[in-house]
Amino acid sequence: MDSAAVDERIRTLIEPFNKKGVTIEDATTFAGDLEFDSLTVMDFVAEIEDEFDIIISMNQQAEIENYGQLVAAVHKMQDS
Amino acid sequence: MTETLTDIAPTGDLLSKFDDLIQTRETLLASGIEDPFNLVMEKVLSPTTAICNGRETILLGTYNYMGMTFDPDVIDAGKQALSDYGSGTTGSRVLNGTYQGHRECEDALREFYAMDHAMVFSTGYQANLGIIATLAGKGDYIVLDIDSHASIWDGCAMGNAEVVPFKHNDVEAMEKRLRRIPEGAGKLVILEGVYSMLGDVAPLKEMVAIAKRYGAMVLVDEAHSMGFIGKNGRGVCEEQGVIDDVDFVIGTFSKSVGTVGGFCVSNHPKFDIMRLVCRPYVFTASLPPSVVATAATSIRKLMHGANKRAHLWENSKRLHGGLTELGFQLGTSEPQSAIVAVIMPDLERGAAMWEALLKEGLYVNLARPPATPANMTLLRCSLCAEHSAEEVETVLGMFERAGKAMGII
Repeated sequence: MDSAAVDERIRTLIEPFNKKGVTIEDATTFAGDLEFDSLTVMDFVAEIEDEFDIIISMNQQAEIENYGQLVAAVHKMQDS
Repeated sequence: MTETLTDIAPTGDLLSKFDDLIQTRETLLASGIEDPFNLVMEKVLSPTTAICNGRETILLGTYNYMGMTFDPDVIDAGKQALSDYGSGTTGSRVLNGTYQGHRECEDALREFYAMDHAMVFSTGYQANLGIIATLAGKGDYIVLDIDSHASIWDGCAMGNAEVVPFKHNDVEAMEKRLRRIPEGAGKLVILEGVYSMLGDVAPLKEMVAIAKRYGAMVLVDEAHSMGFIGKNGRGVCEEQGVIDDVDFVIGTFSKSVGTVGGFCVSNHPKFDIMRLVCRPYVFTASLPPSVVATAATSIRKLMHGANKRAHLWENSKRLHGGLTELGFQLGTSEPQSAIVAVIMPDLERGAAMWEALLKEGLYVNLARPPATPANMTLLRCSLCAEHSAEEVETVLGMFERAGKAMGII
């Protein structure tokens, strides 16, 4: 799956979590712009893990601050 | 206008990251409420009563499940050890800090759990910290419940393993994560018997079976079930018939045992090497002789605690049923442990209710985010086998008056 396809699927998954309807760009941050708390992060990560059949450990999550980084990380993981 | 603490913070102050919390606390205390996190027990009368702020108070939030703190045999053992061995060991377990009493305490644990090995730590927190960080290192995977205790999370962070949490008590979510772990990686599944915030029990029978199927080692923290749940009081893994498949059981002396300290028991043939490689075991002083003597005596008495266990269940069922009838919202729909968690609408009303109960003469734990799941504010009640049936009725009366006065029910 190419990066654009990964982007499209994550964009769909993020919708129900984007309660304030923030415009999603690569630089959009989860903690700051989207105001995700720890429980929301867990549910959102679980959705992505199930969709792509991958694990994003908490150690890896700590490196992912914005949307662009998430798409890049998932793209890399589901390729390997 | 009075100057608040947060106004005077100089730049570069490393404590300024706590400003929001300081503000929340000041607002709460400004409303005239007694500080829920600064209560002093002026005199302790029994496992179930104390003098707090000058008032005689029923203790319903101490985790003293089996009421062993004033047991005459336990106290005698402590006094004897204090006279015979002195006030402290001043040393690590692996140097000069292993006395006869530490060995006897570990013997008592091995007998209590019918397991081959037991290792005593200075606190329950250190037991989790040490065992988890030592077992699972870089490249290994830890799969754990999202509602795990702080000591478990801290153990994960200290060991540098890949940490993969799953939704609370969700068997399917746990299995999915185990299935996705790369082949050949070391796997540790961490579960708790009873989760202390809501007092709910884990489906260990299913979870342990799945963990074993995926070749994972299993660690179960039975801090809140020891002495009470299971035929021999060994915990939820005994109750659900999976204790033989659990690789490591972690527990504490600061709840049913009635003193302080932590432990790990295991049947793993190589377990003893942990004594040399587990840093929170090695680089701290061992428990004082009086503490291990009281712990060993208490553990041996808990082996024969069937009647007390039965009474504790009666207390838990009555409190749970009574609070439900009064209209309180509880953490579980049926009593599952000796913890009954009453859900409050928010922190302000939770703190007000907590204070109203204290003025009635009742102490419960006020639990709030981030320690609680789903940002809940809880009044956490933990029952004791020494609470009489009458005391439980008195407690229900206090909850009714305070709940109505505060508009909670």
